[in-house]
Amino acid sequence: MSDPVPFRPYAAGSQPDYNAPTYGSTALRHPSQPLLRVPHSLTETTGPQHDAARYPKRDMLTQVAGAPRESMGQRIVVEGHVTDEDGRPVPNTMIEIWMANAAGRYHHEGDQHDAPLDEHFDGAGRVFTDANGHYRYVAIKPGAYPWRNHHNAWRPNHIHYSLFGAGFASRLITQMYFEGDPLLALDPIYNSIPDPAARLRMVADLDIGLTEPEWALGYRFNVVLRGRGATPFEEPGEH
Amino acid sequence: MAHATPSQTIGPYWHLLLEPSWADLTRFGATGEVITLEGQITDGAGALVTDACVEIWQTSPPISETFDGFGRSRTDMNGMFHFKTIRPGPTPGLGNAQQAPHLALTILARGITKALMTRVYFEGDDGQDTDPVLNLIEDPKRRATLIAKKTSEGSYRTDICLQGPAETVFLDV
Repeated sequence: MSDPVPFRPYAAGSQPDYNAPTYGSTALRHPSQPLLRVPHSLTETTGPQHDAARYPKRDMLTQVAGAPRESMGQRIVVEGHVTDEDGRPVPNTMIEIWMANAAGRYHHEGDQHDAPLDEHFDGAGRVFTDANGHYRYVAIKPGAYPWRNHHNAWRPNHIHYSLFGAGFASRLITQMYFEGDPLLALDPIYNSIPDPAARLRMVADLDIGLTEPEWALGYRFNVVLRGRGATPFEEPGEH
Repeated sequence: MAHATPSQTIGPYWHLLLEPSWADLTRFGATGEVITLEGQITDGAGALVTDACVEIWQTSPPISETFDGFGRSRTDMNGMFHFKTIRPGPTPGLGNAQQAPHLALTILARGITKALMTRVYFEGDDGQDTDPVLNLIEDPKRRATLIAKKTSEGSYRTDICLQGPAETVFLDV
């Protein structure tokens, strides 16, 4: 049996370090030992392929089942294309999304921010890309909220994303931000990415073409998952 | 060539996604030898990590209609995660190598900026002496961090330390 094609290493500066000093929670949660670089076997090159029949989609986050009215907030349509680093579409892959409500509070017992909850919004969604790698959902624009990382710290408006792609080595948790948000410059999590150009890949642009007149603003958020490459595996070992 | 979208922390509120049934990999009717795997996660100060998302992936037994190989568990107020799955067998490594039975395990949490990956092997299994990943780890104490201890027949426990002298071996995948 021939060896599986490994995933390529990430581009320099495109991913955060585990130890991000301005993001306080990393202090006791980052590994202090060098990671062990391992060759990619089937364990790493393959990954869960969720069957859409077993994982029902939730692409209308503005309408919670049984709720008598829509969620409060500014409606948005989010559409995007999921590809790998070589531009190949990633079809039929599960995307999980979660977000704060329009007031900047999560429907979560751990969130004690003094902002109103909306009983008609729970902020959890799930969509699948189509055969060409495209996805779409409807939500509200989540609010900014304070957190206790440092004095007067506020998270920019953002939507959390979870993607799997083709292999466990391409697992991606990220956040979608909004074009023009002045809080981005002040946010330690956004700025934990060393390369400023790479940070911009997490920022969704307003797309007037996606906007539905008289109904909802449209944002485009494309996601690029790790690509495969025949990069030879270097000397194994801890480095 | 485009570069991959950067990773960001999963944060403290990912439980909005949580479906407790996903911690049971037999939920689609898989048959085989059922085992349980549990463990406790601690940080660099020894504090319990109670808000983590723990995921496992296994390629053995083969993926099928009744077994999709994927599980997710939260850590609870005691920092514990719990999975029920089918015991994996050996799997092919690169070239002619054979890998000892194992799972891939990923930790996502507030304060963890990108998926923290490790592996779980099982105490007493054959093939660990020649396993290509275990053999990259020279220090026996560190190597032992990847091997879950048998607590009773069919039950295993692996505690994970994110940082410090007892730090688990994490993988650059």
